[in-house]
Amino acid sequence: MDLSAINPVLLIASLMVAATPILLAAIGELVVEKAGVLNLGVEGMMIIGAIGGFAITVETGSPWLGFIASAACGAVFSLLFVLLTQVAQANQVASGLALTLFGLGLSALLGQSYVGIKPPQMGKLDIPFLSDLPVIGPILFGHDPILYIGIALTAGVWALLKYSRVGLVLRAVGENHDAAHALGYKVVRIRILAIMFGGACAGLGGAYISLIRVPQWTEGMTAGVGWIALALVVFSSWKPWRALLGAYLFGGITVVQLNLQAAGVAIPVEYLAMSPYVITIIVLVILSADKSSAPAALGRNFHASR
Amino acid sequence: MKLTTLLTSAAMALGLATTAMAADKTKVGFVYVGPVGDGGWTYEHDQGRKAVVEAFGDKVETVYVENVAEGPDSERVMTQMALEGADLIFTTSFGYMDPTINVAKKFPNVRFEHATGYKTAPNVSTYSARFYEGRAVQGTIAGHMTESNIVGYIGSFPIPEVVRGINSAYIHAKKVNPDVQFKIVWAFTWFDPAKEADAAKVLIEQGADVILQHTDSTAPQAAAQTAGNVITFGQASDMSEYGPKPRVSSIIDDWAPYYIARTQAVMDGTWESAMTWDGIGAGMVGIGEISDAVPADVKEAALAMKAALADGSYHAFTGPINKQDGSAWLADGETADDGTLAGMNFFVEGIEGEIPQ
Repeated sequence: MDLSAINPVLLIASLMVAATPILLAAIGELVVEKAGVLNLGVEGMMIIGAIGGFAITVETGSPWLGFIASAACGAVFSLLFVLLTQVAQANQVASGLALTLFGLGLSALLGQSYVGIKPPQMGKLDIPFLSDLPVIGPILFGHDPILYIGIALTAGVWALLKYSRVGLVLRAVGENHDAAHALGYKVVRIRILAIMFGGACAGLGGAYISLIRVPQWTEGMTAGVGWIALALVVFSSWKPWRALLGAYLFGGITVVQLNLQAAGVAIPVEYLAMSPYVITIIVLVILSADKSSAPAALGRNFHASR
Repeated sequence: MKLTTLLTSAAMALGLATTAMAADKTKVGFVYVGPVGDGGWTYEHDQGRKAVVEAFGDKVETVYVENVAEGPDSERVMTQMALEGADLIFTTSFGYMDPTINVAKKFPNVRFEHATGYKTAPNVSTYSARFYEGRAVQGTIAGHMTESNIVGYIGSFPIPEVVRGINSAYIHAKKVNPDVQFKIVWAFTWFDPAKEADAAKVLIEQGADVILQHTDSTAPQAAAQTAGNVITFGQASDMSEYGPKPRVSSIIDDWAPYYIARTQAVMDGTWESAMTWDGIGAGMVGIGEISDAVPADVKEAALAMKAALADGSYHAFTGPINKQDGSAWLADGETADDGTLAGMNFFVEGIEGEIPQ
């Protein structure tokens, strides 16, 4: 065993990369659930974003266009969920699951001709002086731009929900849609926008995997990240900063356990492999022991005539 | 009633027609563990399938199913192929071993060929390539090229096939560089680009400047390229799109001659159950071109090793070799027998870490 082989600075830098897809998807889903909609289709929207972003990046040669396309793909794909739940009043759980299954299949079909291709790379942030600082440089200033967008999005969503009128209306729709409707707010319209925002975030998260973290396209490459994001939203009690903490914790332990394996720590590999799930859940359950609870109208459909 | 009769006779007619057509053609099925576009293991098997089509043209019909999970799902796929009239089925992953044996029992007239396994039956053959010979060449290059003396190894599953590769690479790296150290990460997957990329990054962060992989995607190559001063080797396929650096050489599986020969045997009615295990000499294992990133003297040493393995003058496991716990395995000059190699479940002396059970 040689723990000195693990470099803490590189470890923190790479855990931020590992956490970003989960964070992006979780923040999007958090807004959706705050509006009172339970969308279990995160995994499906992510993988659609992953292939959409990958295809556009390969075709145009621009990772930026790819990321924009991935957000658009995720948002457009979530319109299917909108159609089912907001227009046709279908059950949200079933519709969400359908979205995931459909997304996985559709992405495999769309991705047929993109297997084994190298996408153009997105440059890393390189600020003269700041990026060269000894410890802080690689951790804070040496990443790709999307990682910062993820953190900025967390801060933005937090501020929006807490301080702005838009956030107040969104929360009102999620807590009691009948009351919000009586006050004259367009419940369905607000929910549709929230769902599309969730789709766009999930799409970004998916593209982060296929364009930066791996970078390559393969079928089913999101490998359950969407479900982890869903669980994170619940365990973080619908609070953006806690979702960030949970995502970093999960990403961190995923990277740490590989590091421990490579350093030859004598813990059976199976325990190491399950540790990210166990530890993240325990920590977030302890954190969510306070009184915060789910949006009251979560998962309930709204129709103006009822 | 009339409708049922009509349908039955139609179905029978259709059935007869397909049987009649199938009689002309030899139908060969392939079960793949990954997508045909993985650029590695499955890609090479599919090249073998295409070679069969090219060699026999109209006389043969091939079918394949990709991304078949090891376990019960594969049994379903094989059964389906056998029911559809396949005469010969290649199952191309270690984890298909028991499913292949099970399905073979139910279809005694269908011939099965299982890659990299060790269980046979009257209608089941096994075939594999001596990849460890290729690993010996890789180990030689890795030992010479590493400056940090740390070689990272991404293992897939702790099965003999993989353990053999690690041992062979280690022995030959150690031979040219006594200070070399191996760091091993088990990915527990054949194909999961995200996981493979993470594993490669971790190994590089811990100082490895050579990455060997026993997983099938090109994700570790991409990770090494991003990291910069790291070399890799193509696994199962040439992966030359990552050359001349990080990819400096590769092990290439060439299944085409074997697939053509076995299909021919089924056509001639001479097919018999056999255990085939060919290496560099027979051409089943190819060494991809060693790129210019490797100094000339290292390249020469690697090619000399390849030549010695090919003509049989040198065996990759030649004593003296001790097991990890220090007990003697091979005496001076003794070479390993195929039985021990096929079931290899121990590391050789000097490798740190345990094989997960």
